[in-house]
Amino acid sequence: MAIFIQQLINGLTLGSIYGLIAIGYTMVFGIIGMVNFAHGDVFMVSAFVALLLFMIFTTLLHWALVPALLVVLVLAMAITGLWNWTIERTAYRPLRGSFRLAPLISAIGMSILLSNLIQVIQGPRNKPVPPMFTQVIPIYEENGYVAGIGYKQIVIMVVTAVLLALFWYLVQKTPLGRAQRACEQDQKMAALLGIDVDRTISLTFVMGAALAAVAGVMYIMYYGVVNFADGFVPGVKAFTAAVLGGIGSLPGAVIGGLLIGLIETMWSAYFSIDYKDVAAFSLLAITLVFLPTGLLGRPEVEKV
Amino acid sequence: MSTDMSSPSSTFPMVKSLKQAGFVGMVMFGLCVPIVAFRAEQNMNNELVLQSRWWLTLVFSVLAMIGSFLLSLYTHQKSHTAHSSAPSSVTKALSALAPRLTPLGFACVIAYPMVMLAINGPGGSIKWIDNFGIQILIYVMLGWGLNIVVGLAGLLDLGYVAFYAVGAYAYALIATKVIPDTFPELGFWSFWICLPISGLLAALWGIILGFPVLRLRGDYLAIVTLAFGEIIRLVLINWVDFSNGYAGLSSIPRPSFFGIPFNASEEGFAAVFDLEFSPIYRTIFLYYVILALSLLTAFVTIRLRRLPIGRAWEALREDEIACRSLGINTTITKLTAFAIGAGFGGFAGCFFAARQGFISPESFVFLESAQILAIVVLGGMGSLFGVVVASIALVGGIEILRELDFLKQVFGEAFDPSQYRMLIFGFAMVLMMLWKPRGLIAHREPSIVYKEKKSIGSDMVQEGHG
Repeated sequence: MAIFIQQLINGLTLGSIYGLIAIGYTMVFGIIGMVNFAHGDVFMVSAFVALLLFMIFTTLLHWALVPALLVVLVLAMAITGLWNWTIERTAYRPLRGSFRLAPLISAIGMSILLSNLIQVIQGPRNKPVPPMFTQVIPIYEENGYVAGIGYKQIVIMVVTAVLLALFWYLVQKTPLGRAQRACEQDQKMAALLGIDVDRTISLTFVMGAALAAVAGVMYIMYYGVVNFADGFVPGVKAFTAAVLGGIGSLPGAVIGGLLIGLIETMWSAYFSIDYKDVAAFSLLAITLVFLPTGLLGRPEVEKV
Repeated sequence: MSTDMSSPSSTFPMVKSLKQAGFVGMVMFGLCVPIVAFRAEQNMNNELVLQSRWWLTLVFSVLAMIGSFLLSLYTHQKSHTAHSSAPSSVTKALSALAPRLTPLGFACVIAYPMVMLAINGPGGSIKWIDNFGIQILIYVMLGWGLNIVVGLAGLLDLGYVAFYAVGAYAYALIATKVIPDTFPELGFWSFWICLPISGLLAALWGIILGFPVLRLRGDYLAIVTLAFGEIIRLVLINWVDFSNGYAGLSSIPRPSFFGIPFNASEEGFAAVFDLEFSPIYRTIFLYYVILALSLLTAFVTIRLRRLPIGRAWEALREDEIACRSLGINTTITKLTAFAIGAGFGGFAGCFFAARQGFISPESFVFLESAQILAIVVLGGMGSLFGVVVASIALVGGIEILRELDFLKQVFGEAFDPSQYRMLIFGFAMVLMMLWKPRGLIAHREPSIVYKEKKSIGSDMVQEGHG
């Protein structure tokens, strides 16, 4: 039981990170129907941005840990938003209205470009940061095994929950969110009603990147190490989460992320750690075969 | 400066362009701020230390400004001078040249190793035949195989490399484990025995993986195939008893000249044909083997397009619902495309294992699938000639980037050009998509002609609706 509780906590932490990345996929797919293949690498870039900012604030400016992290979070969100805005502007927008595979290939190229760019400018080696928030609160004990929740796990879950609430408010209650949902339903009609579609799509990319940056900061904090190749696997898993939850659905992305995180940690704990990625990918295939619209997705209407 | 730019007919919007260039420069500066301006390096105590590189950030920003300015200058010039010129002159030229180039291309391709041998001698030509000839032909074959799935049937497959891996591991395992244990006297023939087996196994895997997922449409299919590709690679990594994991399989037998091995022994190729022993003969032989295999793929594709099944593929790509209402069994049609495409991937994998003599899961990463798909899409989806052009451009380009050692003399010894290879590759992929979203050869001949032949323009081609 203690092991189960521990894995539950670990799984939810990992799932929060996947959920944050998955929202970026699901929003972009919802609004322009494109799999943004480079999103995993945008997440990796954000982790590097966070790492460097963290180093600047703690080693060069000697700030305390908590204010430094808060500033790093905000700055990383802004800078990653700028990155994704630039990517959308240069690599995807000119291809809008072109045939369907063109943006996908462009996104794959962008993914290769980003990871290799980081490799060239930051070097190929792992970048470790000193561990932070190492305290653990014990919550359950059984036969000498203590299940505990780490401070950083609490921080991750709380920050994720707060930002998701803010984000939900942004999408549901503000004019920007309304414009975004309108473009998702019918771009032509939205344009007729005076919504700047291009600007809304750009802002969707910026929002997705900002949430990916939150995931990036959390990733650095949780694992304490990042590498230029760390974008692909979390990216594919977050996409799996988005599909599992029903692509286009925001709560679906979060639920899907939590499920993928839980399945991955439970599988590692009870079956085999080597095959955890195989389990996640098989789940994706099984979901799509038996539940093609995901858990919360809208059924696809086939028009002739 | 301004005197050069203002032409009498229209004035160049100098202020606007400069403003835009300034904006681009600022964006570039913002992008670079932490990630280029600082580099985190580990010191002796394994701690990260920051090194600042503000000059590099400034260089990037200034370059972006200049680039933006030149771009607006170029678009201005183009919009005022080149109204009459055809928008896709390159595409048209390539499409018109394709039929005429075919015999010439054949002659070039067949003569290529001999010409290289004559120019560079037996020692120097191995690099040219192997790295350029064989490498490009492998990708041409993979491109043509994937073209059946993506270009003809319109099914987006992001895990094609899985079948390549199946073919390669089938050959490696059968040739190193099964044949020596059962029929050791067949050792020299193992490549020729395993070639059809690898293809059939890959096709079988295509059916097994394809059957449950082919009901899915478009992007979903793409992601599931990507997941299958990753699953196969992860199993090859983790199932050490079967595939030897990360370490890979080595000492895979090399192909023989129909039973005559390429070695220095009495029965070797050189001795039998009374030649001086040299490793070049095997390279040349491998070149012709992969050439024959690719041509077989092209031939099968061309013939299949004229058969009912090929027509069904193309009909399926254009409109699945119409297809179903005309009584075409879409599942069977998709499955055959998937299996035949996978089979050719298996042949190519078998050849790859035989050529390398060593395989490991590292050779079958997603990047390979992406590269093959990029070749097909860049070639113009469905165009066989386009795949050749795209393979030469992408694979040949990557290989040429290996040859940039002379840049070391310019930038100093610490400069390593090879690390920029994939960076330039990704950049080129994006640029080529922006420049030609429909690929280099974006027109195609209709399969069936009613009364007169019309070529289909790129705007009418609706490929990839899956």
